[in-house]
Amino acid sequence: MGESVKYAVKEPLVHITRRTDIRSWKAWLIRVASVVLALIVNALFIYSVTGLDPVKVYTVMIQGTFQSTYNFLTSMRDVALLLCIAIALAPAFKMRFWNIGAEGQVLMGGLATALVMIYLGNAMPPWLLMVTMFAASIAAGALWAVIPAIFKAKWKTNETLFTLMMNYIAINIVDCLTNIWRGSKSSMGQINANTQAGWFPRLLGYRFTINIIIVLVLTVVMYIYLKYTKDGYEIAVIGESENTARYAGINVKRAIVRTLLISGAICGLAGCITVAGKNQTISVNTAGGYGFTAIIVAWLAKFNTFYMMLIAFILIVLEKGAIQIASAYTLLNDYAADIITGVILFFILGSEFFINYRVVFRARRDREEEQA
Amino acid sequence: MSILTAWINRAIWFGTVIMFASTGEIITEKSGNLNLGVPGVMFLGGFAGFAGAYYYENATANPSAAMIILIALLCGFAAGALGGLIYSVLTTTLRANQNVTGLALTIFGIGFANFFGVRVLGGGTSVKAAFARSVFATPIPGLSALGHVGNIFFSYGFMVYLAIIVALVVHWFMYSTRPGLNLRAVGENPATADAAGINVTRYKYAATCVGCGITGLGGVYYVLDYGYGTWSTANSIEALGWLAVALVIFATWKPRNIIWGAYLFGLLYWLYNYLPTLMGFSLPIYATQMFQTVPYVVTILVLIFISTKKKRENQGPAALGLSYFREER
Amino acid sequence: MFPAGAGGIRPGRCKGECSLDTNASIKLRNITKRFGTTLANDRCWLDINRGEILALLGENGSGKTTLMNMLSGIYYPDEGQIFIDDKEVVIRSPKDAFDLGIGMIHQHFKLVDVLTAAENIILGLPGKGRLDMKAVSDKVRRICQTYGFDIDPDQKIYDMSVSQKQTVEIVKVLYRGAEVLILDEPTAVLTPQETKTLFKVLRNMRDDGKAIVIITHKLHEVEEVSDRVAILRKGSFVGDMPTKDTNAREMTNMMVGRPVALNIERPDPVDPKPRLEVRNVNLTDEEGIQRLFDVSFTANSGEILGIAGISGCGQKELLEAIAGLQRPDSGSITFMPEGQEARELIGLTPRQIQQQGVVLSFVPEDRLGMGLVGSMDITNNMMLRSYRSGSTGFLDMKSPRDLGEDIVKRLEVVTPGVTTPVRQLSGGNVQKVLVGREIASAPSVLMTAYAVRGLDINSSYTIYDLINQQKKEGVAVIYVGEDLDILIGLCDRILVLCSGRVNGIVDGRTADKEQIGLMMTRLEGGEQEGGSANG
Repeated sequence: MGESVKYAVKEPLVHITRRTDIRSWKAWLIRVASVVLALIVNALFIYSVTGLDPVKVYTVMIQGTFQSTYNFLTSMRDVALLLCIAIALAPAFKMRFWNIGAEGQVLMGGLATALVMIYLGNAMPPWLLMVTMFAASIAAGALWAVIPAIFKAKWKTNETLFTLMMNYIAINIVDCLTNIWRGSKSSMGQINANTQAGWFPRLLGYRFTINIIIVLVLTVVMYIYLKYTKDGYEIAVIGESENTARYAGINVKRAIVRTLLISGAICGLAGCITVAGKNQTISVNTAGGYGFTAIIVAWLAKFNTFYMMLIAFILIVLEKGAIQIASAYTLLNDYAADIITGVILFFILGSEFFINYRVVFRARRDREEEQA
Repeated sequence: MSILTAWINRAIWFGTVIMFASTGEIITEKSGNLNLGVPGVMFLGGFAGFAGAYYYENATANPSAAMIILIALLCGFAAGALGGLIYSVLTTTLRANQNVTGLALTIFGIGFANFFGVRVLGGGTSVKAAFARSVFATPIPGLSALGHVGNIFFSYGFMVYLAIIVALVVHWFMYSTRPGLNLRAVGENPATADAAGINVTRYKYAATCVGCGITGLGGVYYVLDYGYGTWSTANSIEALGWLAVALVIFATWKPRNIIWGAYLFGLLYWLYNYLPTLMGFSLPIYATQMFQTVPYVVTILVLIFISTKKKRENQGPAALGLSYFREER
Repeated sequence: MFPAGAGGIRPGRCKGECSLDTNASIKLRNITKRFGTTLANDRCWLDINRGEILALLGENGSGKTTLMNMLSGIYYPDEGQIFIDDKEVVIRSPKDAFDLGIGMIHQHFKLVDVLTAAENIILGLPGKGRLDMKAVSDKVRRICQTYGFDIDPDQKIYDMSVSQKQTVEIVKVLYRGAEVLILDEPTAVLTPQETKTLFKVLRNMRDDGKAIVIITHKLHEVEEVSDRVAILRKGSFVGDMPTKDTNAREMTNMMVGRPVALNIERPDPVDPKPRLEVRNVNLTDEEGIQRLFDVSFTANSGEILGIAGISGCGQKELLEAIAGLQRPDSGSITFMPEGQEARELIGLTPRQIQQQGVVLSFVPEDRLGMGLVGSMDITNNMMLRSYRSGSTGFLDMKSPRDLGEDIVKRLEVVTPGVTTPVRQLSGGNVQKVLVGREIASAPSVLMTAYAVRGLDINSSYTIYDLINQQKKEGVAVIYVGEDLDILIGLCDRILVLCSGRVNGIVDGRTADKEQIGLMMTRLEGGEQEGGSANG
């Protein structure tokens, strides 16, 4: 008698519970499915707006990276750069320090590099110049990150907003200095265009080899740092629970400052790579929004530097593909990439929910009960 | 005197853009959602408002002022709210990280607006919605002719006054109405609000969508009045978007403070252009950017000040940036 | 007759007036709730009547709060039904509960700090969009007058004392016209006088025809205030009866499931020597509230010093002060190792204490929030104490893994392996991992806070054994507990804290429950200095 009444009751349609026991292959399946779904949505979008065959458009997009050796190399150069910034952000984010200021830290690193190149370019031997450039960019990036970190450690000042503001101060400083340097010209042009002093040398015949090598080394080093060192362990504990960290005798304040010094330093290095190894000049667009994109890369990869490599690669393929389709189709322009990227990010971000939570629908629950 | 009025005019135009954007962001943040997608939302709103007005005035022989205002505002608000909806679905329903979602929304919004923007441009660098611009820039008849007073207070398009009204209404809503009280509770302590019978999800959705809609109006004003009714791919919406996020902090999350804060930011931002002339010296061109840094520096100082003072009334919503799950334990 | 849908067999015992076909106004039937793998409530029954104070009695972790949370809409039951006046209802949210006239006063207050009392009270209520705060304040004042509460409706919550906050919570529920009031351990944070006032109010409300449920694990409160008592044990309903027809012994038996003939071993201390001397410690917390007043005592080696007290009376602060997690305002904490110079620990950080060569182990109350990292596996959690070992910057992964495996084997931790995140283990196994790690470092002082809270009997006994073993090895053990029977059975001496003050230290062998219970609730005139046993 009781059973028949039970079904008349209105339970909530969906019931959500947290789950911690999902298998990793299942989690990856959900992520892959979300990307596939995003690609389908994007395809529908492309088709409905332009009437183009989405498959063809995707094919052209992929050619943006793989069509030629040149395309591939420039793509790898940009993957390296994006990855470098994501690596920089990983330790900060892992301890839940929201460093939104990578853009500014990269710019400051680039600015320090440019300063050294311009004012010391002809004053010292190439190797010393290179060392000075690295040192200066690392110091500048670290400085830009450590200021918010000190305030966070001492007064718990909101670091998300602080680092965000620091970006625009950096942008304006760079804007100011580039205006001085360019004088009445419309742009700065390449620094030391004649002497090439401070430019990364070609290695193995390619222009960006050094960039890629530096970042590959960083990828491995950061992986080891986070996983196998005492500092990395402290970062993980603080990120999970500051209470536990204090209990374990971790000096949380010192760890915050130390970690942000590292985070900012690598960002500064990324600035150096951009200026000396890619553009040979500096402008407010030197960081090019990578400081923000890298946050997404680091977050989605759960701070695993090798996953970051994969995600950075996907995002760069999209970016290059956009330029490719913009020139191939008059109906599309390179902003399409931002839409496609945005949609893919939305889907991946949303998919995490299905990994962390179990959704039980009313009908399904009843069925499960019947089986039980 | 005329330089001073010009400076004030400029500051008020500028301030109106971020006043809309910040007022919207305050509503959003009061629900506990720290939306870093403000620039993206402004792009969405700005483009939609422009496109609506542009197509309307080109499609009609005798466009009406009321219609074009209605269309531009509706389109801008709806597009902004749509951005807010995406954000809400991801952060509130799917509990994605707010910072990352906001940044993704910025990428998406800028991309979306410019993708269609380029199509509207049709190969050119800018297009102008001339009629819309004239409607949006029409000053208050009569009063605006009252010499300097008229110039300073009454020489603006209607949206300047609308922005003030919106900020005041939002302030009143927040502190003098029941739903406003409930909204503040949701942002401070969602578990408590939930236990008090407030539908936390609904409030977060509503606040974020309405907030983003108002932020979108900031974009509409940027394009149709501040930007002289022209759409081009080169604009400073993104920079203004981040400044709007800064203004929320500067105003210590109180809509009332947004009004003078926005104008102050406007004065500071345009300091480089007017102060030297006013004081009778000339400024090297490269120094202008250093002056534009002032609003950000001031915001950082405010941020530090409120964190060291620990005065509860000046802090942001306590649950800002956190997603809420009732059965967390 | 059963009401429709209330089928099934009524579990538990029944005595006196209650009978199988109840005509209670609120009936909970076969309520089951799971959290992951733990079963918080298992087919629970409960009857609640108007004009009656019902005490919901059970040990910590017996599922009292979870059950009531389902009535107040915080949780949604996995199975089971709720009837109000014989009509089945669905409570999906606190709002649903309010609409049905059910209001709950939670143990952790659900108040918004930056709002005023009046604003908190009307939070979430329907009504005119425009707020008339003056009218609200007036109505609040009226309610306060009726029941003798003393709060200022326009005061901000963050300026209020704990008991004022509780008052706001109660007024909030009354303001909403609740017919059913559920209070979750309301006296835990109150002074005896405040408790008395509260009980008076509860009786007034009962006489008003309201249904009152008071969740508690204190027998004397059940006897003092309730008309009927319902008992839960391990998530299941055990039985209910009129309070006047039962006695403490019977209730205790039902609560713990068997007579409390606690068979805890208590070896005599061998050669106790002062190991940790705490003198005149005062401590003010971050919010500026003084938590400890002139606390003094000595913990001896080879001895278990129990600490008894109502929860929130300074136990947490005391242990954290000794561990270096909170900085006392004044006083001294001296560590006196065997045959070595004494060392002052006050003002040192946990790391500095460690560097002094003092091995101080601490099993904190919040196991997954402080003692362990829930998302990390057993190996990584072992490292919390030892990750600094080794001279390089790299972690030694091997010895923690060995230690983890050893603990899993020795303490019979049920886990798929040492790489499983500890959050996925059951409460008892989590505690074994934590205690196992803490004693692995061969401490000279071991502090435990509520070490057996929420644990089943077997796990509890494992923990007692471990603690006794430490005692035999000459460790000075400080055991903060809430169950007086266990404190009396396990500890050599028992320090009683009352509102942050030491209210005396008694001998565990001669003390009785009543004596300690009284000391917990009443502050005595003359303070006894630490070290003077046999209070």
